[in-house]
Amino acid sequence: MFGWEFPPHILGGLGTASYGLTKGMALQENMEITFVIPKSHGDEDQSFLKIIGACNVPVVWKDSDWDHVNQRIGSQMHPDEYFWLRNGIKYDYHRIYTNDLGCIDFSGRYPDNLIEEISNYEAVASVLAHQMEFDIIHSHDWLTYPAGVFAKQISGKPLVIHVHATDFDRSGGKVNPVVYGIEKRGMDAADHIMTVSDLTRKIVIEKYHQDPRKVTTVHNAVDPLEDIDLFKKTPRKEKIVTFLGRITMQKGPEYFVEAAYRVLQKTKNVRFVMAGNGDMMNAIIDLAAKRGIADRFHFTGFLKGRQVHEMLAISDVYVMPSVSEPFGISPLEAMQVGTPTIISKQSGCAEILTHTIKTDYWDIDAMADAIYAIVKNPAMYNSLRELGLEEVNNIRWSDAGLKVRKIYESVM
Amino acid sequence: MKNICFYFQIHLPFRLKRYRFFEIGTDHYYYDDFQTGDRIRNMVEQSYLNANRTISEMIRSSNGNFRCAFTISGVALEQLEQYAPEVIDSFKELTKTGCVEFLAEPYAHSLASIFDASEFERQVKMHADKIEALFGKKPTAFFNTELIYSDQIGELVSKMGYKTIMIDEAKQILGWKSPNYVYSHSDISKLKLLVRNHKLSDVIAFEFSNLSLTAEKFTSWIANFPEDEKVINLGMGYEVFGITQPAHTGIFEFLKALPYHAMEQQITFSLPSELSKKFESAGPLSVNHPISWVGNNNDLTPWTGNDLQQEALNKLYAVSERVQMCTDKPLLLDWLILQSSDHFRYMSHKDAYGTNYDTPYEAFMNYMNVLADFLERVDAQYPTTIENEELNELLKTINQQEKEIESLENELTKVRSRKAKKEN
Repeated sequence: MFGWEFPPHILGGLGTASYGLTKGMALQENMEITFVIPKSHGDEDQSFLKIIGACNVPVVWKDSDWDHVNQRIGSQMHPDEYFWLRNGIKYDYHRIYTNDLGCIDFSGRYPDNLIEEISNYEAVASVLAHQMEFDIIHSHDWLTYPAGVFAKQISGKPLVIHVHATDFDRSGGKVNPVVYGIEKRGMDAADHIMTVSDLTRKIVIEKYHQDPRKVTTVHNAVDPLEDIDLFKKTPRKEKIVTFLGRITMQKGPEYFVEAAYRVLQKTKNVRFVMAGNGDMMNAIIDLAAKRGIADRFHFTGFLKGRQVHEMLAISDVYVMPSVSEPFGISPLEAMQVGTPTIISKQSGCAEILTHTIKTDYWDIDAMADAIYAIVKNPAMYNSLRELGLEEVNNIRWSDAGLKVRKIYESVM
Repeated sequence: MKNICFYFQIHLPFRLKRYRFFEIGTDHYYYDDFQTGDRIRNMVEQSYLNANRTISEMIRSSNGNFRCAFTISGVALEQLEQYAPEVIDSFKELTKTGCVEFLAEPYAHSLASIFDASEFERQVKMHADKIEALFGKKPTAFFNTELIYSDQIGELVSKMGYKTIMIDEAKQILGWKSPNYVYSHSDISKLKLLVRNHKLSDVIAFEFSNLSLTAEKFTSWIANFPEDEKVINLGMGYEVFGITQPAHTGIFEFLKALPYHAMEQQITFSLPSELSKKFESAGPLSVNHPISWVGNNNDLTPWTGNDLQQEALNKLYAVSERVQMCTDKPLLLDWLILQSSDHFRYMSHKDAYGTNYDTPYEAFMNYMNVLADFLERVDAQYPTTIENEELNELLKTINQQEKEIESLENELTKVRSRKAKKEN
């Protein structure tokens, strides 16, 4: 598998989904997973799969001795493996800047020279494809499609690509032609395409002109929380309504402010929290001030790891008004800690959830109505909480894993 | 001779409009007239008118042998009067044949029989008055909302003077017993229970087109029942004719053919009130927990099964006593309409039959917003700070004051006139 993120070093939902899916798939018999990421840190959980950091794979032949290699990358990869992979170098990649081991320094993030990093990742894929044994190639998201396509060309093994998002979601319609080109080429070359929701499936079919028979939806799931009991709700006088995510156009933060404004016209006992960061943050602060609700509207900045679950747990309502959301895993996380959720109908996860309130992202009246009902009405709160918890506990990665397995078998 | 007892139900709730929380306190009109009207017009055009025409023809062609009963909720009658008065006229025509009977039921198709006995009585009386006003005869047989029945409800109904009550064939009650007898209340032997034949009713209502059923086949099934099983009660929604089973399935032709084939098999048609006069009870039936005609378990879960429904019902019936003291007409009308059982069924996670909401949560939110406004209005009339009993006393004093003033005034005028006479 080619991926871009893997916990604990994650920047978005892609890493979480990659982890959950592979963990769910690892439960199956006859399943061995090698997961390639641009930059490994050595602290990834490798109990159920093997992680290869592309930053440790040589693409240019360098003469180095065992001890040196061990000292440099020994914590992440065995030197023997390094030498073995070195035999897979079949092309001349001197044009790429490499270090003393002939490896590329990947940032593993989303840097400005992302396109360059993507093509470097392709070079690594060629080495791996020449040297390793595998039955199927699985590429997660557009950043890794070129690597997957190249690996398929070299090895002749089937390629399955996993669409976690398309550029239509990220850009709000103003699609970057370079990105679109990479996505389209990946999809065209793939033997099968998996999408995280029917919504995304539709985009793949309509905007990328793919054969519907080649596109299957595999909904995401959520990993059970082990320390669930540690998240306690302390009774407070005031209710907390939370928005959590990047503060960008795609996530619809302004609709959250407008809904908050409507709720606060009628009741004062509620506080609104916007957790996250993004290019619209200042505009949203302005908007909240303009509506005169800044005293009840709070910003936390970017939250990480445990903080996310803590924030969700102390909330009384979680709102995700995304304009376009291929899946959206955070409502499921909110439900796990027993927080009622309101999500936009334009989110992929709306396809599999029943015990949540679904509104159109632009329908601020409906959204405000739902917030009001949940904070004012204990029966509503409790129903959503209890039934939501039950529901989310039945959405398992292992089931998603079985679907993926079926798709593998159909193309092998 | 075997008896078929047909009864058809007509009920449609007033649809609530989308009512947001910020309208609470400012907007007191809760209804989506377009939806309500559209729905009932659809029913009328596709079902009721055709079905009434068919039934009138059946009565005529069978020389009055075909007979059937109707149970039409008060709120449905109001809608018919408003949107389709021709249906009321057509029922009046049917009444003239003397072959149809109207059953009594709670006016609002409410769950008052479970939650509030006095409100239940009030609604049954209201409904009976309405039926009498429209069709000239007070009902004597009773059909509770969704065929909800328990010993307790039976007792209430009997107290109101009804001698016949329709109930459903629920496994937990009948066990091995056949529905095809007349039964009686567990303690009150004069209250007869007519048990709906679940299977045969559903065969017509839901499986008619799948089975390609004919009147001949249907009557022969009944004729082949054991000798002493003499009463077959068939109850269903009236919209079965034309909507659940569309006209093209031949459902109307099936109806038309029934009287002839029944005669051939020596089966007659009877009205509920006739049956309870004609037959002695085969034995008492005891029903401790309420039963209904919905779902596999025939219980109340479609309306009271989850927390949302419980909450809404509790909040609604908590003000029952208060509302009954009110004299404000619009408020009393809203009180009735908000009680229709349908509003609560839409909140069911499993069985939200007929809902116009996407999810039970939406149904709940909308209803609770409406209810919040309604409760505010009740509170404005009689603040909740005053206890019910205290309020009752106050009202009594006020009412009596009026009477007293009146009597004193009368006396005064008398004295004055006497004085005037004397002076003359």
